[in-house]
Amino acid sequence: MHQFLQQIFSGLAAGSIYASLALALVMIYRATDLVNFAQGEMAMFSTYIAWTLVNAGLPFWLAFLITLAASFVGGMIIERVVIRPVENAPVLAAVVVTIGLLLIFNSVAGWIYSYTVQDFPSPFPDRPVFGALMTTRDLGVIGVTLLMLVLLFAFFRYTPIGLAMRAAAQNPASARLCGIRVGRMLAIGWGLAAMIGATAGVMVAPVLFLDPNMMGGVLIYAFAGALLGGITSPIGAVVGGLIVGVTENLVGTYLIASQLKLTVAFALIILVLVFRPNGLFGTAIVRRV
Amino acid sequence: MAPILELRALRAFYGQSEVVHGIDVAVEEGGMTVLLGANGAGKTTTLRALCGMVRRDGQILFAGKELHRRSTEEIASLGVGHVPEGRGTFVGLTVEENLRLGGYTKQRQLPESVERMYGYFPILAQRRRQQAGALSGGEQQMLAIARALMMAPRLLVLDEPSFGLAPRVVESIFAIVERIRREEHVSVLLVEQNASLALELADHAYLIETGYVVASGSAKSLANDPQIRRSYLGY
Repeated sequence: MHQFLQQIFSGLAAGSIYASLALALVMIYRATDLVNFAQGEMAMFSTYIAWTLVNAGLPFWLAFLITLAASFVGGMIIERVVIRPVENAPVLAAVVVTIGLLLIFNSVAGWIYSYTVQDFPSPFPDRPVFGALMTTRDLGVIGVTLLMLVLLFAFFRYTPIGLAMRAAAQNPASARLCGIRVGRMLAIGWGLAAMIGATAGVMVAPVLFLDPNMMGGVLIYAFAGALLGGITSPIGAVVGGLIVGVTENLVGTYLIASQLKLTVAFALIILVLVFRPNGLFGTAIVRRV
Repeated sequence: MAPILELRALRAFYGQSEVVHGIDVAVEEGGMTVLLGANGAGKTTTLRALCGMVRRDGQILFAGKELHRRSTEEIASLGVGHVPEGRGTFVGLTVEENLRLGGYTKQRQLPESVERMYGYFPILAQRRRQQAGALSGGEQQMLAIARALMMAPRLLVLDEPSFGLAPRVVESIFAIVERIRREEHVSVLLVEQNASLALELADHAYLIETGYVVASGSAKSLANDPQIRRSYLGY
């Protein structure tokens, strides 16, 4: 029983990272109807920025904040320069562009930082707590992710820009008629998604160790989480990510070799697509004609 | 009175094809002008061209400013409140969120403006926390008009506000529009299929056929024109 609970809690820690990345995917999907395959590699690149800053002697949290700001700006630039030109192109063209971004980020990171696996410092001490059910590190990861999620939801719910972003995603033509600059909202959305990804990357790097391929698996789990939650639902993405994290951990511990854990994510993706394409929280917009 | 809006030799396009072929339309300050015509005549396209939602050519003068090179969002913030065809409400957001979005460019007056709209449309106050998509057709049209008024526009552009609504609902909506026009000093440019109702309310009218203005004048004179009566009023 004790081991079972332990696995659930460490699953939640991993799941909160998947949840963040899944949320980033959902944000982009809602705003541009586009699955950003480069989301993971963008997060990896952000993590390298944090790593460089920490190695240059900056305190961890300062490096983290600078990384968030840099990722936000970087995400906005990517939207402006790479995504906007294919905004009205067929979906496949846009998908190819994000896959291209994935490869570019991966190669550039390898070129600058080499493919050598690097140690990444954790800001949290690694001590068991709650009768060894969790570690302080897991607790820290969950705490940071939760804080970020709460801030994000508050931003979208209570600020004029957050409301304008939701409006622009839902009905761009009407948003323009309200005087909302839709292009700018999309850019901000990409910036925020990059920032969320950066948080996920920095939180996961101490566990996975940093190399240019670090986020590959995480992105697959995040996809599974986003799909499970119904790809259009932010809350669904968070819940889905957490479920994926816990499931993956339990299955890896009790059912199959942990090297095969990624299979769980794929199986989940296929099961969701076959049996419940709208996911757990698929959008139910009430509409009367 | 001086016109608040003038369209001069306005042409509008869908892709490569020209749909509106150089029309001249004026809306007087504080007045209500209606564009009449059959389906596909180019009325909605004219309104879209005015707000930069389709490619256009020609001159658009609004309150001393040229609009023909400006983007939709700029035109909105200059004071053109456009209620598009199909209402354009944000169906997944609440009534109150829709109103707040309407006042996006006027954040400071937001709370008062919301309350003023609830004054004009009490039903919206009752529904303020509901998703806009759950409202009835008439309520959605009221919400769409209120949303456009939130930005305190000088010109209200209404694209077939009667579409799909019961006659009694249409009447009550137009009664409120009339009241708002007087109290808010806003001019109105209206596109309407219901010609007899529109000619009763408007002071100027233009008849548009296949992208050209074929008749124009005071609403009264058009209402008495025998040919227009036969083709559009049915008596």
